[in-house]
Amino acid sequence: MAHGPATLADGWVKYISRWIFTTNHKDIGTLYLWFSFAMFILGGSFAMIIRAELFQPGMQLIKPEFFNQMTTMHGLVMVFGAIMPAFVGLANWLIPMMIGAPDMALPRMNNLSFWILPFAFAILVATLFMEGGGPNFGWTFYAPLSTTYAPDTVNYFIFGVHIMGASSIMGSINIIATVMNMRAPGMTYMKMPMFVWTWLITAFLLVAVMPVLAGAVTMMLMDINFGTSFFDAAGGGDPVLFQHVFWFFGHPEVYIIILPAFGVVSQIIPTFSRKPLFGYSSMVYATASIAFMSFIVWAHHMFTVGMPIAGELYFMYATMLIAVPTGVKVFNWITTMYKGSLTFETPMLFSIAFVILFTFGGFTGLMLSIAAADIQYHDTYFVVAHFHYVMVAGAVFSGTAAVYYWLPKWCGKMYDETMGKVQFWIAFIGFNITFMPQHFLGLAGMPRRYADYGLQFADWNMVSSIGAFMYGAAQILFLFNVVRTITYGKPVDKPEVWEGAEGLEWTVPTPAPYHTFEKPPQVQ
Amino acid sequence: MQTSHRTLLAKLLALAVAMFLFAVFVLPPLYDLFCEITGIGGRTDGKYEAVEVQVDTSRQVEVQFVAANNAEMPWKFYPMEYSVVVYPGETRAVNFFAHNTTGEDMVAQAIPNVLPNNAADYFHKTECFCFENQPLAAGDQAELGLVFIIDPDLPDSVNTVTLSYTLFDITDRTELSVSQIQ
Amino acid sequence: MLKKAQALFLRSLGATLALVYVGGANAESAASQLNMPQGVTEVSQAAYDIHMIMMWICTVIGIAVFGFMFYVMYAHRKSRGAVAENFHENLLVELLWTIVPAIILIVMAIPATTALLKVYDTENADIDIKVTGYQWKWQYEYLGEDVKYMSELRTPQDEIYGREPKGEHYLREVTEPLVLPAGKKVRFLITGNDVIHSWWVPDFGVKRDAVPGLFTSAWAKTDKPGTYVGECTELCGSGHAFMPVVVEVKEQAEYDQWLAGKKAAAAEYASTIGKEWTFDELMVKGEEVYNRSCAGCHAVNGEGIPGIFPALKNSVIALGPVVEHLRVVVDGIEGSAMQSFADQLSEVDIAAVIHYERNAWGNDVGDITQPIDVLNYKQAK
Repeated sequence: MAHGPATLADGWVKYISRWIFTTNHKDIGTLYLWFSFAMFILGGSFAMIIRAELFQPGMQLIKPEFFNQMTTMHGLVMVFGAIMPAFVGLANWLIPMMIGAPDMALPRMNNLSFWILPFAFAILVATLFMEGGGPNFGWTFYAPLSTTYAPDTVNYFIFGVHIMGASSIMGSINIIATVMNMRAPGMTYMKMPMFVWTWLITAFLLVAVMPVLAGAVTMMLMDINFGTSFFDAAGGGDPVLFQHVFWFFGHPEVYIIILPAFGVVSQIIPTFSRKPLFGYSSMVYATASIAFMSFIVWAHHMFTVGMPIAGELYFMYATMLIAVPTGVKVFNWITTMYKGSLTFETPMLFSIAFVILFTFGGFTGLMLSIAAADIQYHDTYFVVAHFHYVMVAGAVFSGTAAVYYWLPKWCGKMYDETMGKVQFWIAFIGFNITFMPQHFLGLAGMPRRYADYGLQFADWNMVSSIGAFMYGAAQILFLFNVVRTITYGKPVDKPEVWEGAEGLEWTVPTPAPYHTFEKPPQVQ
Repeated sequence: MQTSHRTLLAKLLALAVAMFLFAVFVLPPLYDLFCEITGIGGRTDGKYEAVEVQVDTSRQVEVQFVAANNAEMPWKFYPMEYSVVVYPGETRAVNFFAHNTTGEDMVAQAIPNVLPNNAADYFHKTECFCFENQPLAAGDQAELGLVFIIDPDLPDSVNTVTLSYTLFDITDRTELSVSQIQ
Repeated sequence: MLKKAQALFLRSLGATLALVYVGGANAESAASQLNMPQGVTEVSQAAYDIHMIMMWICTVIGIAVFGFMFYVMYAHRKSRGAVAENFHENLLVELLWTIVPAIILIVMAIPATTALLKVYDTENADIDIKVTGYQWKWQYEYLGEDVKYMSELRTPQDEIYGREPKGEHYLREVTEPLVLPAGKKVRFLITGNDVIHSWWVPDFGVKRDAVPGLFTSAWAKTDKPGTYVGECTELCGSGHAFMPVVVEVKEQAEYDQWLAGKKAAAAEYASTIGKEWTFDELMVKGEEVYNRSCAGCHAVNGEGIPGIFPALKNSVIALGPVVEHLRVVVDGIEGSAMQSFADQLSEVDIAAVIHYERNAWGNDVGDITQPIDVLNYKQAK
């Protein structure tokens, strides 16, 4: 369009058509980000219901059947609807600009990748209102609870998962094609920003394991509807097979979630340290090692299923080893800060919190990898605490940091720094009050996915629920901050929004024009 | 559409179809071959063709029998002997008792399991009621037979082998082929 | 402002850690709310020990790394006049912080391995117990002794739904605990009846999944008599939180007495099965059985949950011929969550609960179902 993208001034029809038919990576990035935020609020509401019910022992608000639907949907919506699309949104906005490309390699497929997501989640969320209720078997949907004993809506669940998987696969193909083919002249692989590297590696992980999830879910469909026995011992199958197939997807999945988060932090810390990222090549190799190793550790999710000891020992050793490249990355971030010139704007606060709290979650992960101790941790709140530390204080904090950091570039307005810092502290404190006590709950013996609990677990549950409401409030404040910035924020017009920011996205005007790098830049 | 695009499309479609045919017709025999060669994955519980083995009288192994019913399987089902003591290499026969206590004809399938894990490869069944569906008319009883041999190569650390059967109701699925059941 | 926050954070971290270690040192006391119990078996102690080792190592590394980071955040801030240097590579340092952690891990792997070997040592057990996970209770069978019973949550629905105050043993009490002798090695053979459950007793250091169609094994041996409570640790449906594990370890003599008593009770029950119960006796017994074993799904008022668990009040089956009602309860309904109760409830219990369902909530069918009727149905040709 010669005069720029349609705005509200051009009328509703033109405006809505722009968003439905757009092939522009910035628009699609925006769509993903708003969608993921809506899903984050939805998944967060499910969490609020869970924590409200768990505030006290006994069933006060909901029945156990519905509680199981809430825990299941909270997991599904957060993993597949909030975190993954958020980072895909960041990828869409940033990767072309960071490599000096005008757009993604496959813009129409990019549009399709996004638009099938609201469709899939509409179906998934609608199951909550159907007869028999929504999926209630945990986001890990083990057979036979999810096959023989599933509610009738399980087929919609399977359909939704297939569509989400297709979206991820198409998005990943797009990212790989873009990064491999469209870098500006002079931008060799080892000159790419870390965010691009982490996404390139993540895209390969996605392409490798999403089909495995599709396989698991199709075998489920066959068992439920077509009389096969993949996971049914009566017909010669094995429920444990489900777990192996699922976790072969599931473990790389958690690295898919965290690697782009690593990439974001690797962009932000050098900016606010005014110092280049320490050990760039190590960071690349460490990320690649983590990705490779993520394929060979899956059965650490299955330590109590009765595996032969040789297998159990192998998976324990392999899992422990992942700590090495992860540690290298943490050390590199801290050394980037060392002897820098540090300021602590909101993106930096979230990134530093990421380093501390993600590492803390990494420590509990290392403890979990010790199979003999895992006998006492497995399927308890200790695991819940661990993965919320790495996924919330990890991925979500990183995503929040990314929004504060790049929002000025996207919309040309600066957020209010005081409001940002306030939001950070409420989120940080609320998060820790919610999840630190859950370690104690797990060690004291409270299993996960429990709608009710014995009186000895009451105190920490109450504390955790209070923290959850505080953390939830912080997200509303985040939304407020973002909307206020976009509407009334102080305009920024210099390309380099942050002193110390490096990268091609900081060479284009602020806000970024609808089309950037229509002519590729020459990179030194 | 440009001719070169058309050719590319045709080639890609053909490739997709070929991949599908490969997965359906070529992969299963390849998997069977792989399992046969490596010996892993689910064939250890098939019918064992007995070979001449020297009975090892230097050690004894206790073999325990455990029975379980899966949900909605109301038959009475239990081993006639809780445990026996055998020499590795010795052939032994035991029976399980099954009684269809309902008012309907039913078909059952027994699924075996061997503990500890490292004993599974050394427990050979030459005859087992778990090789086939077990039909029982309403109210009927039966003594189901099992003949087994413990391989003399059973690791020394194993002194007790537990063989358990879980009984499933497969009345609604009797076209099932059960010759190679794990 | 940030300095104060850092100090506050460090103090809270220190306080929390202190609490945890104090808790760890007094693991048997109320402070075990913070830490894993040491438990009463070799395996639970091994799990605790390796847990503490790992926690210490991670704490030391954490304090070193985060301490350094906090120092950097203080000393190298722009507001203090720090000027950024430009270095961004150092091969030696990268090698060091790759190799040293790898060595630490290899060292950690040694006690981790010995601990795991203990977990798998199920040979030479004195007693074998078959544990079966049902939706939503456990069944224990003493193999070779012909003693078998269900162990179900005893906490009433009224306490769960806030209609009665919660008792001291809320969700930690069962109809019949698993009873074991002290000083004997017990092997558990664990399976699932319907979906995957998981049998966990923290004080024993035993957790094994109960998978339908296959068996897993675990073991425990303790010299300490006492009551040990555990939980189901694999999501198994709506009753997942309502099927605790309670184990009572008794001295050998007491255990022998108990086992003999169980066998005698079973024999006596078999001989009195022909007794005629009155209408009211069956109603009282039936209500007790119903509230314990059926109300979890079909609700105390018989109305179930629409679309999920059918109502029994005014239902075709409860009002119809007894033989159909027996069929549903004794044989279960294939492909649904309604299990066969033939193995889980005695003939007396089944007769009583069927009687109750047919006469409560206004159903008022007016007939009587005797235990011998149930036995005859089960044995019918």
